[in-house]
Amino acid sequence: MTDSNTTSNGIKTIAIGGAAGDGAREAGINFSELLNELGYKTFSSFDYPSLIRGGHNFARISYSIEPVYADYKELDVLVAVNAESVLVHQHSLKEGARVFVEEAYLSEVKDLGIDLIPLPMKKIAEELKAPQVARTSSAFGAYGYTLGIPLNQLKMLADKVYANVGSEMNVALVEKGYNHVKKLGVPQDVCDIPTEHGEIGEVMDGNKAIAKGFLAAGLEAYVGYPMTPSTSTLQFLAKMAKKTGLKVVHPEDEIAVLNMALGMSYAGKRTAVGTANGGFALMQETFSLAGVSEIPIAIMVAMRMGPATGVATHTSQGDLQFILHAGHGEFPRLVIAPGDVEECFECAADALNLAWKYQLPAVILSDKHLSESYKSVTLDTKSKGPDFGKRAVPVGSHYVRYKITEDGISPLAFPGKANVVVKATSYEHNEEGEAVEDKADVQTMQDKRFRKLNGLYQDFAWFPTVKTYGDEWSDVVIVFWGSTKGAMLEARKQLKSPAKLVQVLWMEPFDADRIKAELSGARVIIDVEANHTAQLAALIREKTSIEIHNKVLKYDAQPFTPTQLAEEINKFI
Amino acid sequence: MALDLTTDIKITWCAGCPNSQILVAFRQAVEEFVSAGSIEIHNIVAGAGVGCHGKISDYLEINTFNSLHGRIVPSLTGIKLANPKLTVVGFSGDGDSFSEGFSHITHAARSNSDISIFLHNNQVFALTTGQATATSPKGFKGGTMPEGSINEPINPALIMLAMGATFIARTFASDIKRTKEIMKEAMLHKGFAFVEIIQPCITFFDTREYYKERVYWLDEKHKKGNLDCAFKVARMKTADKVPCGIIYQTFKPTFEELV
Ligand SMILES: Cc1ncc(C[n+]2csc(CCOP(=O)(O)OP(=O)(O)O)c2C)c(N)n1
Ligand code: SF4
Ligand SMILES: [Mg+2]
Repeated sequence: MTDSNTTSNGIKTIAIGGAAGDGAREAGINFSELLNELGYKTFSSFDYPSLIRGGHNFARISYSIEPVYADYKELDVLVAVNAESVLVHQHSLKEGARVFVEEAYLSEVKDLGIDLIPLPMKKIAEELKAPQVARTSSAFGAYGYTLGIPLNQLKMLADKVYANVGSEMNVALVEKGYNHVKKLGVPQDVCDIPTEHGEIGEVMDGNKAIAKGFLAAGLEAYVGYPMTPSTSTLQFLAKMAKKTGLKVVHPEDEIAVLNMALGMSYAGKRTAVGTANGGFALMQETFSLAGVSEIPIAIMVAMRMGPATGVATHTSQGDLQFILHAGHGEFPRLVIAPGDVEECFECAADALNLAWKYQLPAVILSDKHLSESYKSVTLDTKSKGPDFGKRAVPVGSHYVRYKITEDGISPLAFPGKANVVVKATSYEHNEEGEAVEDKADVQTMQDKRFRKLNGLYQDFAWFPTVKTYGDEWSDVVIVFWGSTKGAMLEARKQLKSPAKLVQVLWMEPFDADRIKAELSGARVIIDVEANHTAQLAALIREKTSIEIHNKVLKYDAQPFTPTQLAEEINKFI
Repeated sequence: MALDLTTDIKITWCAGCPNSQILVAFRQAVEEFVSAGSIEIHNIVAGAGVGCHGKISDYLEINTFNSLHGRIVPSLTGIKLANPKLTVVGFSGDGDSFSEGFSHITHAARSNSDISIFLHNNQVFALTTGQATATSPKGFKGGTMPEGSINEPINPALIMLAMGATFIARTFASDIKRTKEIMKEAMLHKGFAFVEIIQPCITFFDTREYYKERVYWLDEKHKKGNLDCAFKVARMKTADKVPCGIIYQTFKPTFEELV
């Protein structure tokens, strides 16, 4: 039994485990939605191997009245659909944890010395002629009972949570589970369901928030090829394509994905693509084409553990330097790394807008833990509208696509407009868009492209390039990026001494002055990243000459968990 | 006002290269569409790959998209999908679409993307100074295979038929008039149109005499709507005869209509 102070800050954690195909993931989302509807704030992550049946899958949800940024390892509740779930999680159970175990497997785990609550999930499903994937719904009922929710209220909530998978059957399963544990005499919690809470938002993962961010910024087309952990963005958008007129395409490979997307942008459609790091590796030459041809494109890259196929369904922050140096040749790019679901939304909108404002490739860099973890959120969807950038004025004079301008931005026009000829090319080119090799022309056009960075430097003032949290005055400074934000904000509650937390969002262009300001005067600087080579620390050193010696690096394909991260950081402070 | 489709860029093809004849044929096709009022000049987009053939985009004063080596086809599909009122054509090479970008042209044919591809088939990587492509004859001696290419050549028309292209034609660059007519048919065709243009490379693989002797034109007896006949003709590219003309044409919904 682990003992931690996580209960003291009011956070509870529940895990649902089973074999692949047992529906642990769906159950995790349902439980999160239930808690969310009750007014709690949730964070849930999903751990699954790269296979369709068997293996061990689990969903883990931490919740509280206050916002929760990461799931904890230490469990208050475990729903074990198979025996393995108990074996895997037995050492993470807190004192007095409730363990609901599938009755059929009770005999396999009854001698572990753990208090178990047998729940005949399989049998209940059979009785109600429900498919076995739905069996966790009876655990939903059992769990609801222990929370102290009256049956009628729970049924109403279940009706809502299961609305799109057939609520009638699921509500019946919920009721059975509820009554089963009631009859067993399982004690109910003193009801601490929030009576006062802010707006009840929705439970959403990073991938959906990225899609919503693109949409808020006026997305008209999306192209992708399935690869974990980027696939759900593609599927979410594909599902809404018919109703909305959004063009969503899944072509033959990732090389086609980006080339097709550039064709769409060239012809005037606000287009984004999504892929994982491996798919992005295939897009390198075309990424460079976007740079030289100045065709606006937003690219979501969701990292998983590499190299190569790597650990296909698990997380990593191992590709920051790859993205920063992606594509051959030199050209300006934007690389933004959000750290939570809300930031996924905001940064995706910013990426698409800035891609069009500056006519360059803009990458939004996510990872498995961010893309596929769910959080209770209320997105401020009205805060982000489309920015169309500098458009060509109706031309009487001769239009040239790559006009040399002071700010480096050439007015944009699209084919199909009378008296306008739009020439895009992969070759270095003159203002017209025709290939050149003359040294003056070659240099002039590069200078024009790089002048666009000046505008982005000005934009530092308007965008969250860097965020700080915690004890701003402290001389202990912790820097981190991406999904590590979640565990970091939670770990902060368990640090031995006050610390200032610095999250870097804009990786390129890099807000070096701001970082210098945040790090100067620190007594201890600690870099936290989920990779082997401390890639953010390398970037900070490159841009600011500040060398960070204290590093907490994790590269076992698992995200940081709050308690363990705090322990690691506490060694330095 | 007469339409001027030329640019200020100096043409750098070898003097006498049949690419110039393809350029003339295409300019004439565009001029005829525009003067007939059937297509507006600003609604045409010409894409190009990378190779000698790809230089054509610099010589055309119309909307162009000069892509990477092997990657023009998906960009053209994207352009058509983004704006269906555009007439979208692409100039590609045998290296460009049957070596490097093979998956793209086959999938575009399969999905019946409403674009036209003009394949400058010179059976050689010309711009990189003479190596065997996927359409070079077996035994072709190039820089990378000095003992001769060991592979059988791909027959582009046959591949396109097998992949489901809805318009397939072959033409000979030196016959500018017929090439122009076939280009026009391809551009008017709704669906994926593939035109193989036999384009001898006079510098690295001079096949002018070879083809002059063997090219013949399909007449009305050829049933272009019949798949079996089309397969027969496509297969007939033998040592003694090279049939040219529209080999196959059929109609089915386009990719852009279905997306
Ligand atoms: C990715 C990539 N690989 C190789 C090249 C080099 N390259 C340029 S043109 C060319 C061959 C072109 O052959 P083809 O497409 O038949 O065109 P042609 O010159 O014969 O018209 C090659 C290999 C390149 N530009 N990009
Ligand atoms: S090398 Fe061959 S294809 Fe290229 S321009 Fe010369 S003759 Fe034409
Ligand atoms: Mg060639």
